Amino acid sequence: MDLLYQIPVLGFLFQIVGYLIDAVVNTNLAPQTLALATPIALGAMCGVMNERSGVVNIGIEGMMLTAAFVGFMAAVIVDDAMPDAQPSAFFGFTPALLVGVLAAIGAGMLVSALHAWMSISVRADQIISGTVINIIALGLTSYLNRTIQPSGSAGTFDSFDPPEALVDLPIVGWIFNMFLSQGPITMSVIVIVIILQVLLFRSRWGLRTRAVGEHPRAADTVGVNVFALRYRNVILGGIFAGLAGAWLTLEFNASFQNGMTANRGFIALAAVIFGRWTPIGAFGGALLFMFSEALGVAIRSNPPPGDLGVWLSGIQASYPSIYNNSFSALPYILTIIVLAGVVGRSIAPAAVGQPYVKEGAH
Amino acid sequence: MKLARRIYALSIIPIISVLLALLVGAILIILTSPVSQGELDLLLPIKAYEALLEGATGISFLDTDDGTLAFAFSIDPDRAARALTSTLVAAGPLVLTGLAVGVGFKAGLFNIGGTGQVLVGGIFAALAGAAVAEQPVPVAVTIAVLAGAFGGALYGFIPGALKAFTGAHEVVVTIMLNSLAAFVIIGLVNDIFKITGPTFARTADVGNAVLPVLFGRDGNVGILIAFAMVPIAYFLIYRTTLGFEIRTVGANPSAARYAGMSPRRLIILTLSMCGLFAGLAGAIIILGPSLGYYPAVFGTTIGFAGITVALLGRSHPVGIAFAALLLGGMNAGAPAMQIVADIQREIIDVIQGLILLFLAMEVVIRRVLRVRAESIAPEELQTVSASYGQGSTT
Amino acid sequence: MTQIVTAPALEMRGITKRYPGVVANDGIDLEVRPGEIHALLGENGAGKSTLMNILYGLATPDEGEIALDGNPVQISGPSDAIARGISMVHQHFMLIPVLSVADNILLGEETMANPIFLDRNEAHRRIVELGKRFGFEIDPEVKVGSLSVGWQQRVEILKALYREARILVLDEPTAVLTPQETKEIFEVLRRLAAEGHSIIFISHKLYEVLEIADRITVIRRGKVVGQRVPSETDEDDLAALMVGRNVQLIVDRGESHPAEPRLVVTDLRVNDDRGHEVVKGVSFEVRAGEILGLAGVAGNGQEELVEALTGLRKPISGTVELGDRNVTGTGPRDLQKAGMSFVPGDRHRFGLILTFPLEDNLVLTQYDEAPYSRGFLRNDAAIHARAKEAIAEFDIRTPSATVNAGTLSGGNQQKTVVAREFSRKLTALVLDQPTRGLDVGSIEFIHKQVIAKRDQGAAVLLVSAELDEVMELSDRVGVMYRGELVALLDAPTAEREEVGLLMATGRRDQAALAEATTSMTADLHLAEGGAEPPTTRTHVPPPPPQAGNDDDGSTSS
Repeated sequence: MDLLYQIPVLGFLFQIVGYLIDAVVNTNLAPQTLALATPIALGAMCGVMNERSGVVNIGIEGMMLTAAFVGFMAAVIVDDAMPDAQPSAFFGFTPALLVGVLAAIGAGMLVSALHAWMSISVRADQIISGTVINIIALGLTSYLNRTIQPSGSAGTFDSFDPPEALVDLPIVGWIFNMFLSQGPITMSVIVIVIILQVLLFRSRWGLRTRAVGEHPRAADTVGVNVFALRYRNVILGGIFAGLAGAWLTLEFNASFQNGMTANRGFIALAAVIFGRWTPIGAFGGALLFMFSEALGVAIRSNPPPGDLGVWLSGIQASYPSIYNNSFSALPYILTIIVLAGVVGRSIAPAAVGQPYVKEGAH
Repeated sequence: MKLARRIYALSIIPIISVLLALLVGAILIILTSPVSQGELDLLLPIKAYEALLEGATGISFLDTDDGTLAFAFSIDPDRAARALTSTLVAAGPLVLTGLAVGVGFKAGLFNIGGTGQVLVGGIFAALAGAAVAEQPVPVAVTIAVLAGAFGGALYGFIPGALKAFTGAHEVVVTIMLNSLAAFVIIGLVNDIFKITGPTFARTADVGNAVLPVLFGRDGNVGILIAFAMVPIAYFLIYRTTLGFEIRTVGANPSAARYAGMSPRRLIILTLSMCGLFAGLAGAIIILGPSLGYYPAVFGTTIGFAGITVALLGRSHPVGIAFAALLLGGMNAGAPAMQIVADIQREIIDVIQGLILLFLAMEVVIRRVLRVRAESIAPEELQTVSASYGQGSTT
Repeated sequence: MTQIVTAPALEMRGITKRYPGVVANDGIDLEVRPGEIHALLGENGAGKSTLMNILYGLATPDEGEIALDGNPVQISGPSDAIARGISMVHQHFMLIPVLSVADNILLGEETMANPIFLDRNEAHRRIVELGKRFGFEIDPEVKVGSLSVGWQQRVEILKALYREARILVLDEPTAVLTPQETKEIFEVLRRLAAEGHSIIFISHKLYEVLEIADRITVIRRGKVVGQRVPSETDEDDLAALMVGRNVQLIVDRGESHPAEPRLVVTDLRVNDDRGHEVVKGVSFEVRAGEILGLAGVAGNGQEELVEALTGLRKPISGTVELGDRNVTGTGPRDLQKAGMSFVPGDRHRFGLILTFPLEDNLVLTQYDEAPYSRGFLRNDAAIHARAKEAIAEFDIRTPSATVNAGTLSGGNQQKTVVAREFSRKLTALVLDQPTRGLDVGSIEFIHKQVIAKRDQGAAVLLVSAELDEVMELSDRVGVMYRGELVALLDAPTAEREEVGLLMATGRRDQAALAEATTSMTADLHLAEGGAEPPTTRTHVPPPPPQAGNDDDGSTSS
């Protein structure tokens, strides 16, 4: 191996690849990636539900933030009311955490209902509606956070501890580690993705949804209720945005900070586009985008050996701020590249963004 | 008479939206008063809004000296002068970010990248200003301001080119660019442009490039620059051939091509122009008398506020000017409100978001309140959403 | 012989429907017997589509009632109509290009394996069988977007049959078909009628209605103005009923005196959006003082050809010469400056800006020329003046020159486009579907204008999917088939049948026709050399919805 690394120029490439493989298989990088990708993937599921039905939703960010705050507050309130509740062995569930998750989901659905109403019934511009949600969500959660100043917290879910036997398997062990040593919300992501993927392409609901997103009038003329279907899908999509918010304050962090979603909702949108509006593709996009961020953390805590490591440490020493910020910026750069490269051909649902007006209505 | 009717038709929905937003804001204040004040206070909104108004304009209609609430209308000239100055200082950048969004709307483009463009404009202005800090004031100021405009235009050019050549929708791209600008600039300032001495990381002083103060404590040339853009933008959009092309692309890109226009060129040009306006906003903030340098952790939300300003002003330069004054006033009065009524200033952000919400609900408001004026909503918005999933333009 | 009296399959009594500013249906009575093919005849905007929308549950009547098999019913929506056995084949296909034939047919009437999942295997089997029953071979997995227009029509009909419709409504089914395909469809309809289905056939084409219908109900301006049996009437009688006056449906184009070639196209090759070659080496020339008409079923490359000629698309190879200039690949602006005028097929998308004032639209393609624009600035006064002139000259009905173009009727909108394009200095004039969706009066006006332009010496290229229009106006007729110009005929000697055969198969022989009309896969592979069949834009874009004070207020004819 070291011999390969010594080759000038090409050796560098080998070092990078070697480091990556080692990092993925032997360190925490893979589980970290999946965990970080959770809100993105869930936000993307919300995005897929919306946009496949023909509704543009750039308010995922605001929905997530609202859900994060509501979930957190609900959990804190219940926790204060039941200080002696024992966490269950099952992911460390407490009544507080449970209520928190449910409240977050409810908040996500409520805000989605607003977006649905604005987009489908009021027929406002859907991008404006999403922007409004983002602005109000940020302002409202910040205001309430500053005013109420909740202290204390309800804690977070525990991660599951997969059996050693699985994790230590050669070659595939790291996959089990990746998907199993996680909290409940993260573990549910892959299940949700697969279910949505199958339903979207093989079920009656999926066929009708796709039809409504491509050509709502055609669907209308064969008796599909376009409005009802869109409303239902948008509101159900809110469940996933709500779960994403719950992850932020109940599984990842144990507190709420103003604006803590940090544009994750928009990266989710890019993941949707990257995945060509399919759940599995969007999930892949989420993993890709968050891999870069997790990698940044891994490199900084565990610099690669050899020339590569020396070079990186050198940069870190002379330009510490640029070095750190570059890793934070990676997901965003990736997103822009994806947007520029992938949307070259119109593969979005054909009727996305256009409110449906029934024949003969004025 | 026709003019009066036209003004009514143009402004009735914005006015109603503002009033409704204030109403909902008041309800929110009442609901959270048990937490913020310790007890439910039904009159809190009145106190809060009064403080807000006073902070913005110096007009006071309450007398709360002796603990009770009494109506007493008064204007303290000094107070008013300071308040109005603050309002104008706050409104200046808002006019510019409002134009940065509004001109984009005219072309069917949604420029949410105001924040990033402001940051880039600011850093360009700071660095250029530091370089010409010793030059005579008119020269230094001009160069620094132009540098800011240029930086912003550059940062508007990027999403413009991306959209024109790859079809990448400007909404998501500009939001990504906003974050990117923050990261890159923080890194650059901390590692490269930082000067030794001050306790926090920042760039060098711009010396003579600071915008000269004209009145009050910080009423500076920047305000003039900002409001001068209003007639310029108006003239450009409604009286020139280029403006006609921009409006046509916003109304119907296919017909624009058929008419011999180049949507590609117009998208790039328009977004660059939007960036230029926002960059100017960044310049006049950074070059303002209270700053004069670029702090590494500089952040701002006026990019988003520009969206509210643009929509409130119906994407029309004159409307944008009024809307900027309104929102600027709210921002200027917020500290006073926080001190006097003990309300967190984030409530202003909520109210501004609510204004947007009610504007978007225009159709519903018309029906519920039986507003009879014809709708003069910006139609170009249809193009914004319609272009969401499409491929590259030609 | 005893008469067995059965209740009519469908009865619509006193149907009235009002939209703002217009009464679309005014006390209409319609009665259709079982096993009858009943034609509903009327010009664009007469109210036929509104009536059928009411039947199908897409609209509710203000007055009147509907009875099925003698029982009064209230139809609440399309699913209700479908449940009652009413199926509609729409004029503008309600098909989703990215989904397969099977998925399109299944939608709304899904065959399920269990409460959640579709049973595609069973559905495929049923669809293939259904196709066989009516004499065609279906491949259920093909994406609808890659089918030719004729086959998309068949899929639409299969959609209706899959739902075991008893009453089948066909809205202008032959608008996009060749004469031969029309014959085929008529065969299918006769078979269906013989099996007891009732068929309502909406059309504005007189000879077709005379050929297929058992009875004809004529509608004009929302009212029933007459009922006929084909054996007791003829085209003139029906035309007079339809339009309300003796009308010259076919304009006499007189003789042409062609001079030098103005538009010369040599070996032009053009790709579509997906990179497939859809114009394959087309060559022709249009001379001053003549009208060259290009016939062809929509989707055979005409759209891309027109776009290449008018600068909206760059050709891959070949040349286009306008006058004495080589204008290959130049943009619309330069072409227009060189004297090319273009009336686009989709006037709402290309020809007009509906949210701009009429006067801006009247100078849209000259916005940057003097006197409307001087350097950087626009000259509003000159624009006002020109608008006044044009409105008078072309008889554009509008309250003022500053109303938004979207408030005008379809006919007046098209007149606006014509007023703009016909008044310039013309080297060549390209017309794409110039009278689609218009009422008879406007059609007449525009046809007369086109002939006048020709007589003034312009070179006119007419592209139209309406074979009748092409035959009526052209001095020479070309036929586009799968991207090639398969024939160039002199109009006086060209036979309608011959042209129709060329449109359907690219050849003059019947054998190829038989194959293509009964097998979907054969039709898909008909283009030799493995070239791809036409892409998603094979179906004719719907004519722009009529807004404002328009003919019947609904969004179809």
